[in-house]
Amino acid sequence: MKIQQLSIFLENTAGRLYDIVSVLGKAGINIRALSLADTAEFGILRLIVDKVDKAYEELKKSQHTVSITEVIAVEVEDRPGGLAEVLEKFADNDINVEYMYAFVEKKYDNAVLIFRIEDIEAAVDVLKKAGVKMIDHQRLLEL
Amino acid sequence: MIYNPEFECLPRSAMKALQGERLGKMLSHVYENVPFYRKKFENLALKPADIESVDDLSSLFFTTKDDLRENYPFNLFAVPLQQVVRVHSSSGTTGKPTVVGYTRHDIELWAEVAARTLAGAGCTDSDIVQVAYGYGLFTGGLGMHYGAEKMGAMTIPVSGGNTKRQLMLLQDFKSTILACTPSYALLLGEIGEEMGVDFSTLPFRAGVFGAEPSTEKMRREVENRLHIKGYDIYGLSEVIGPGVSFECDEQDGLHINEDHFYPEIINPQTGEVLPEGEQGELVFTCLTKEALPLIRYRTKDITALHYGKCACGRTTVRMEKVTGRTDDMLIIRGVNVFPSQIETVLLSIEETEPHYQIIVQKRGPIDELEIQFEVNEDIFSDEVKKLLAIEQKVAREIESVLGLRAKVKLVEPKTIHRSEGKAKRVIDLRKEQ
Repeated sequence: MKIQQLSIFLENTAGRLYDIVSVLGKAGINIRALSLADTAEFGILRLIVDKVDKAYEELKKSQHTVSITEVIAVEVEDRPGGLAEVLEKFADNDINVEYMYAFVEKKYDNAVLIFRIEDIEAAVDVLKKAGVKMIDHQRLLEL
Repeated sequence: MIYNPEFECLPRSAMKALQGERLGKMLSHVYENVPFYRKKFENLALKPADIESVDDLSSLFFTTKDDLRENYPFNLFAVPLQQVVRVHSSSGTTGKPTVVGYTRHDIELWAEVAARTLAGAGCTDSDIVQVAYGYGLFTGGLGMHYGAEKMGAMTIPVSGGNTKRQLMLLQDFKSTILACTPSYALLLGEIGEEMGVDFSTLPFRAGVFGAEPSTEKMRREVENRLHIKGYDIYGLSEVIGPGVSFECDEQDGLHINEDHFYPEIINPQTGEVLPEGEQGELVFTCLTKEALPLIRYRTKDITALHYGKCACGRTTVRMEKVTGRTDDMLIIRGVNVFPSQIETVLLSIEETEPHYQIIVQKRGPIDELEIQFEVNEDIFSDEVKKLLAIEQKVAREIESVLGLRAKVKLVEPKTIHRSEGKAKRVIDLRKEQ
């Protein structure tokens, strides 16, 4: 139930983000979800793409610092309280979310939540027990 | 093995007495025979007799490389030219070369200190020493050559270059000790591997490396590649050449042949003598040389001295591996900063050779120090807090080492400009501001 996410270091200067997405675009890699964390000096771009290994190779070749991190994707109904219910399970079980981001998929009227959690195994257990629907990479691409 | 225990293991007080006695004679020698030095004494209204021990040296003048250039070629020689049996010279890439001369006695002295240097690496008369330093005007080749012969070792004067022949001799003559620069040793290792030389099966066991700065990491790499133990040596032609100081088996600092070359560490700005253990510029006074006995010669090399007894049994003062040159020194908010200090901090955090840049600029009246270093896969994390923690850790370490607050900034790989494979380490914008 774990999904591979690409994390890329980038400086906060003009054109850096463009540089990365154009590398991926030229290599025919589609970005499914994206989040950008930033500080005053640098940022970390997190991407979920269709072809992870190829994207990794391309970014390495273009001399970016890139790593693959594991995240969990959860599908919830797109309604008030949907996210809160998932976070409640984490809170009750003392699971700390390092960061998260979300996007909405209108085709199914669902929202997809991406979580980065230090103790990913524990989080998977908690969600399984609570009957929360986690999705795999394939499903994420189909949405 | 200690080549000359009578001098290398002297109790400290006896060493100091010996140095004082030799210094007195030396100062009279230069006062009588070198007009340049007589004038220096007169300018200070001093006579050689006013300097009663090595502790009084601090009241004297310095000698610099510029003094040597201005007295090119032979004006600082303290003996008539017919007593000079040899000269060596620097390459003179920046202006006039510096010329150094030796009497027969000086050549003998040089052989002695070079033999001590080889003994530090365990050399005896049954060793086979391959001297791969250049022979010629450069002091490296002939200096080690005379040392190896003095030791009674079989000496191979192969000189530098011709790497394949070096490797052939190493295998066929069964050389046990190699004397060369550390970067040349690394090249020998690489080419040897390509040629299929198995260093682990050869009697080759030690390297005597000097004539250029190198890092501890480089030494380890050479040691692993060549299956030998590497010993740092230090010397400069103005003082004598190779043989000024050397490492023993402990690899814990370089023993200075201080019965011949008296070392001091000074603050390079003020000229003030610094106490044991403090980093500063290394200064040498020749105590026994005849032809070119320099007084308080400023080496521009940065190091520190330690007087504690070494486990090897030698009592001679040890200098740390040279960490930088005064030419590289920055003064930031009144603090002396060497790029190598920053590199050491970064090396302790990253496993690999760090790519970094030091930027100094003025913010209002205040100097601001910024250190940029490239993120690599070893330190990259996809969590902001971990990257910020690295920046803070570097800043903290830098502050504890330099006593200066620095702004630390992670930058993308390959963004720091490299020229000829080497990065330009320091950008000082203050002159333009």
